[in-house]
Amino acid sequence: MSRTWETPGGVHPPENKSQSMTQSIGHLPIPGTLVIPLHQHIGSPSKIDVTIGQAVLKGQTLTRATLSNNLPVHASTSGTVIAIDDQPVAHPSGLTAPCVTIASDGRDQWIEHVGVTDFRRCGPLDLLQIITDAGIAGMGGAGFPSAIKLSPSKDKAIDTLIINATECEPYITADDAAMREKAQDLIQGIEVVCHILNDPKRVVIGIEDNKPQAIKALRPYIQESSIEIVPFPTKYPSGGEKQLIYILTGREVPSGGLPIDLGMVCLNIGTLIAIKRAVIDGEPLISRITTVTGGACGVNRNYEVLIGTPISHLLTHNEFDEKNCSRLIMGGPMMGFSLTSTDVPVVKTTSCILAPGHSEIPADTPAQACIRCGLCAEACPVSLLPQQLFWYAQAKDQERLEAHNLFDCIECGACSYVCPSNIPLVQHYRSSKGEIRKANIDKIDADNARQRFEFRKLRLEQADEQRQAKREARRLVTEQARATSNTSQPGSSAADIIAAAQQRVITKQASPEQQKAKFERALLAAQSRLQEAEKRLIEATTNGSKQQQTICSASVESARQKVDQTQYRLRELTD
Amino acid sequence: MQLVLLSTLPGFLALSYQFGWGTFINLIIAVVTSLIAESAILALRNRPIAFYLKDYSAAVTAVLLALALPPLVPWWVVVVGSLFSIVVAKQLYGGIGYNPFNPAMVGYVVLLISFPIEMTSWVTPISLLPEGVTHPGLWESLSIVFAGNTPVDGVTGATPLDLFKHSNGLVVDQIYQNEALFSQASFAGVGWEWVNVGFLIGGLILLKTRIFTWHGPLAMLGTLALMSILFWDGGSSDSPGSPIMHLFSGASMMGAFFILTDPVSSAVSNRGRLIYGALIGLLVYVIRAWGNYPDAMAFAVLLANFAAPFIDNYTLPRTYGHTDRRKATEKQEEE
Repeated sequence: MSRTWETPGGVHPPENKSQSMTQSIGHLPIPGTLVIPLHQHIGSPSKIDVTIGQAVLKGQTLTRATLSNNLPVHASTSGTVIAIDDQPVAHPSGLTAPCVTIASDGRDQWIEHVGVTDFRRCGPLDLLQIITDAGIAGMGGAGFPSAIKLSPSKDKAIDTLIINATECEPYITADDAAMREKAQDLIQGIEVVCHILNDPKRVVIGIEDNKPQAIKALRPYIQESSIEIVPFPTKYPSGGEKQLIYILTGREVPSGGLPIDLGMVCLNIGTLIAIKRAVIDGEPLISRITTVTGGACGVNRNYEVLIGTPISHLLTHNEFDEKNCSRLIMGGPMMGFSLTSTDVPVVKTTSCILAPGHSEIPADTPAQACIRCGLCAEACPVSLLPQQLFWYAQAKDQERLEAHNLFDCIECGACSYVCPSNIPLVQHYRSSKGEIRKANIDKIDADNARQRFEFRKLRLEQADEQRQAKREARRLVTEQARATSNTSQPGSSAADIIAAAQQRVITKQASPEQQKAKFERALLAAQSRLQEAEKRLIEATTNGSKQQQTICSASVESARQKVDQTQYRLRELTD
Repeated sequence: MQLVLLSTLPGFLALSYQFGWGTFINLIIAVVTSLIAESAILALRNRPIAFYLKDYSAAVTAVLLALALPPLVPWWVVVVGSLFSIVVAKQLYGGIGYNPFNPAMVGYVVLLISFPIEMTSWVTPISLLPEGVTHPGLWESLSIVFAGNTPVDGVTGATPLDLFKHSNGLVVDQIYQNEALFSQASFAGVGWEWVNVGFLIGGLILLKTRIFTWHGPLAMLGTLALMSILFWDGGSSDSPGSPIMHLFSGASMMGAFFILTDPVSSAVSNRGRLIYGALIGLLVYVIRAWGNYPDAMAFAVLLANFAAPFIDNYTLPRTYGHTDRRKATEKQEEE
């Protein structure tokens, strides 16, 4: 038995997991239409690759990845593309986003696909390409492109692979069900990842002790491998990546850093199964296991759901009673968010659809004043002082908020859960984080503007000085000339001087061809600068800090402006 | 908050048993005044009255003030104290959650400084009443409190802490032999020991139900005990008294469990509360031993309230992923 460490704080909300575990993973009829959002991961969106009216097969790519942090999305079933437009998607504010709508033809016909015969003979980069092409993003909730996580890094070798089987949110049982029924796929996924990572020293499955059946299901497969299963006491939020790393290794991910800084990588159960399917079966990520549960659903069960299935389709097949539903939540009760519409589709990160009854999760009661009782600080898994953060969030005191480590808040909601005054603390922190980020961006923008202004001023001053100096020099020359002409050839000079000056102007003014060539050169240079800036931005978004990202995106913007400017000038010249 | 109210019950019963109806009358006057004052100010501030009254915070302040006041003080003393607690110390600072000082203690100190005579005459514990004298009954108590009638001789007397303050020249053993307050005591001082036991029981209930953490009370009582051990010189005439006497006299237990645990005006982190509690224990002892007042809980708590933001600045917990603790006023480094 490996040693485990205990995180501070944490809460024990009612688990409510047994309801959805009475039946095995189910399948639903294929919905008539599927709405597939183009952007389901962290990173920039990819380019659309189909047209309206086009027939698509199951597993066919709908978008093309153009940048390294792009991921494609795929058709979840065969049918016809009937719309490419903005549709409501799963987002707390009910945002719309570009989606491809497919009318299914009911045949569910696969595109030709084949897995690799022996992944051990493939190089890591080839396997990572397969994982990227399969559109695999972290399925635990963050949606971070998995291939980027697993990419070899120059300065840090990965020696520990952590498999997050914690699933600490109440109600959700998707990973539990997957482990019980798809243990073999999971183990194969782990093997693939181990091969990509060049066999890390330690491979450990971290699991809460409330899933004994899943542990039992996995045991036979790991007998002869070096994979460890480490159960630990159930406590929310042990499934947070940083918390799990501490529980299993006693080490903390540095503030603002990533697990890779400790030589670790952490993957979720669903993600590993998706990796197995992509590599060994050649199937892209087009479905996931989602828990449909809550008192307002007659049936509580896990389903293998096609990505893009509307929530309403799930609900109608689970005897959903709208009158008894207090709210509709995507994700768990602690970190999930309320949905405003049942039209939104299931995406790669949808682990649960929770439809609690009125008595289960009652409507919000009005918040009372904070009396700083400190229960929140007792519950905080990262040892913040939530009561102080709330105080400063209300005062909009950004300096104090940062000094109190606001940005280390993992938004787990344990503080809000224990708050006797019913204060929605996490919402305050989220909004404060947003405000601070915006203020930082504004500050960078202002700094850039100031720099530009100062540079321009300096440039103008220098130009002015140069002009002055030239004028002075000319004056001296003419005086000298006058002096010499006065002595030698009086009278014949004025016309000569004018002619000479005109000649100088003509030679100075370049021909239009020359000017055009100059601008073209400038355009080329600006374009290559833009490309470089974009490359840096991608690097920054994948492994840089927020600050770097903003700086890079600002430089991309300025490079783009430069390109536009030069193009405009060039056009002016040719017209 | 209701639980806090309920937990004062053992202390309240002990007070009532030892000192008669006075505490009960204080309680009624204080609660009625406080609720009226709270409602009036909430109305002036356009806040929902019922919503805020339901948090019981005004009632808690009133009860704590009433329990701290001497039984049978004139009614207007209680009214002035309650008004000051609620209106000035609480609502003028922004209401619940925003008061930098413990409202009940602000009210108490205002009364102690303004009406020293009324505030320092305590009723004699029941077992020490002279032959033939009893505590006034409810009706008689009301007439003392409201009509200003004077109680019978012997009904008021010194407290254990008063005795220690004023029996200069006597060694501790002599005090213990000569004074009935001690010679008839079970372990710390007639009457007061049981009042303190009452508040200790109530406090332990609150601790068990996790209304507050152990840090503040334990640090306060520990420091008080430590100080009284350090300066307990075997019982000379200069000795400020034994540890047991200090722990179970005056407002020690009530202060430790019901006053300094007010989260609003105390330090916020657990480490901070250790320091905060210890500071109160230290101040209580220093004022009791060498100050002008026999007891010092209110002053100590208010002084520590002043210090709380300062303590907070240096006692932030170490956050996950950080190697060091930060300071609350730390500035972001310019990059």
